[in-house]
Amino acid sequence: MSYSGIWILAEQKNGKINRVSFELLTRGLELSAQNGVKLSVMIFGNNIQQEELQKLINCGADKIVCVENSQLKDFQIEPFAANMLAVIDKYKPEIIIAGATSMGRTLMPYVATKAHTGLTADCTELRIEPESGNLLQTRPAIGGNILATIKTPNHRPQMATVRPRSTKPAEKISDRVGEIIRLQADEKTCASRIITDKFVPSQDTVTLAEADTIIAVGRGIKRGENLALIQELADSLGAAIGATRDVVDRGWLSYPHQIGLSGQTVSPKLYIAIGISGTIQHLAGMQTAENIIAINNDPDAQIFKVADFGIVGDLFEIVPLMIKQIKEQCR
Amino acid sequence: MRIVVPIKQVPQTKNVKMDEKTGTIIREGIESIVNPLDLYSIELALKIKDQCGGEVVAITMGPNKAAQALREAISMGCDSGIILCDKVFGGSDTWATSYVLSKAIKKLGYDIVICGERATDGDTGQVGPGIAAFLDLPVLTYINKLESIDEQVCKVQRMVEDGHEYLTSSLPLVMTVVKEVSEPRLPTLRGKQKAKKAEIPSWDHKFLAINPKDVGLSGSPTRVVKISKSKVTRACQIQFAVDDQAAEKSVDKLFSHLKAKELI
Repeated sequence: MSYSGIWILAEQKNGKINRVSFELLTRGLELSAQNGVKLSVMIFGNNIQQEELQKLINCGADKIVCVENSQLKDFQIEPFAANMLAVIDKYKPEIIIAGATSMGRTLMPYVATKAHTGLTADCTELRIEPESGNLLQTRPAIGGNILATIKTPNHRPQMATVRPRSTKPAEKISDRVGEIIRLQADEKTCASRIITDKFVPSQDTVTLAEADTIIAVGRGIKRGENLALIQELADSLGAAIGATRDVVDRGWLSYPHQIGLSGQTVSPKLYIAIGISGTIQHLAGMQTAENIIAINNDPDAQIFKVADFGIVGDLFEIVPLMIKQIKEQCR
Repeated sequence: MRIVVPIKQVPQTKNVKMDEKTGTIIREGIESIVNPLDLYSIELALKIKDQCGGEVVAITMGPNKAAQALREAISMGCDSGIILCDKVFGGSDTWATSYVLSKAIKKLGYDIVICGERATDGDTGQVGPGIAAFLDLPVLTYINKLESIDEQVCKVQRMVEDGHEYLTSSLPLVMTVVKEVSEPRLPTLRGKQKAKKAEIPSWDHKFLAINPKDVGLSGSPTRVVKISKSKVTRACQIQFAVDDQAAEKSVDKLFSHLKAKELI
């Protein structure tokens, strides 16, 4: 049997399918429009309701393979990898796309290594090469300074991850009919040397990974106490708060807020950089954002070079004016 | 306890050039440093050694001059360094790199392998999980805190999108760590002297019993087919908020911009 079909790796939490899965459907639909092959979904979990799976069908998937076991409830590398390899072996996908999430960036390289195939991380663009049918995977490299296009010519499946929030989630097309295959994972594939003792959810109302808008702060805010002002702006916009390394090293915000080379890489719809000079390390973590706004008192700050709109001025004057504007508009 | 820390020598990100033909990085004439994210894995390894005893071995795959990265690791406190240096390793992608490193780690023997989350040049973060796959070990990724460790069991915190997972794993294992896990120590004078004198064994494909076909460009499933300059063509509209009035006007313009782009 030869390898065929475009597959996405969907993610779920407590049986609910995550947003990134629908973003992956958008990517998959774009590709299947190019080569006319079927779009399938593989998902691993436990007790996933039929209507959750039907959502994927309604948004464009032709086929779902749902592998379940109580050991697959939460992500755990060994059982997930064993079962993903079994799905690859059985269905021979030509292409598998996953989200560049904490799960995707762990599972995909582990599985690609075991399956002896190529994997390209954090792709910003995916295309089918017309002559060969190969997947052309474009990704930023070296701190976003260059774009590399990569393919996997002789190994299958061709595997790629894409950053969350880099595409719109697929929307319902219609009440479509699709094939839903439910498989029970074999107990012996579910052994894990790692055990989850507990999960402690983040205290933030909006986390960086799920934010459409990120307000990021740099040393320009001068003191940790001044974050209250930024929090007010973030709350009024429903935004998450990000920070430069400086701000985190000073203890003004915790590490999960750090954006840049030694922190998170984000690509939200809107990134508002406040009091950030724009070191190359910081830019590496945010320059793929769709829209960038910068507010800084130094007209020569590097951040303005990657921004779409900038205000040179005192942030302590500008931010309150922004909050005022938002309040007036909500009225 | 034997702790192996795979590290990478990377170019200073500021001035990197690519070979347009092969799509690989031109390393000549560019200042090289230890991948900044590997300093956290080195530090964590040293901490575990301080607590449990044993030794920390840094390994790297790269050209001869990458031995300098190992010397830096030794100056921080690593016991030894091994370079995996061979022409046939050149051009390896993450699959082939993980393969070479795993062969060397197997030869060395290990209880824990600790990697940085990713390297700042390739930026894939795939080699840690790749090594785990080759060695058939559990892999703990995005570790931000080591809670406890002994010869058999390790407890860690793992940073994920919406919070933190508390995990327990049996040893041996592979771990990839983020910045928060440790604060890298500075090299000591004694460390520097030791590093200068240290013998760095160089292992090639023959020593590791690797078929040259399985590594380098020929052994890499992926091919770079095109390199282009990333086009960041953002023409920044700049407003100068020189006084109160100008500040109000700038913010008005900002909101018109946001509305035009349907961002609010």
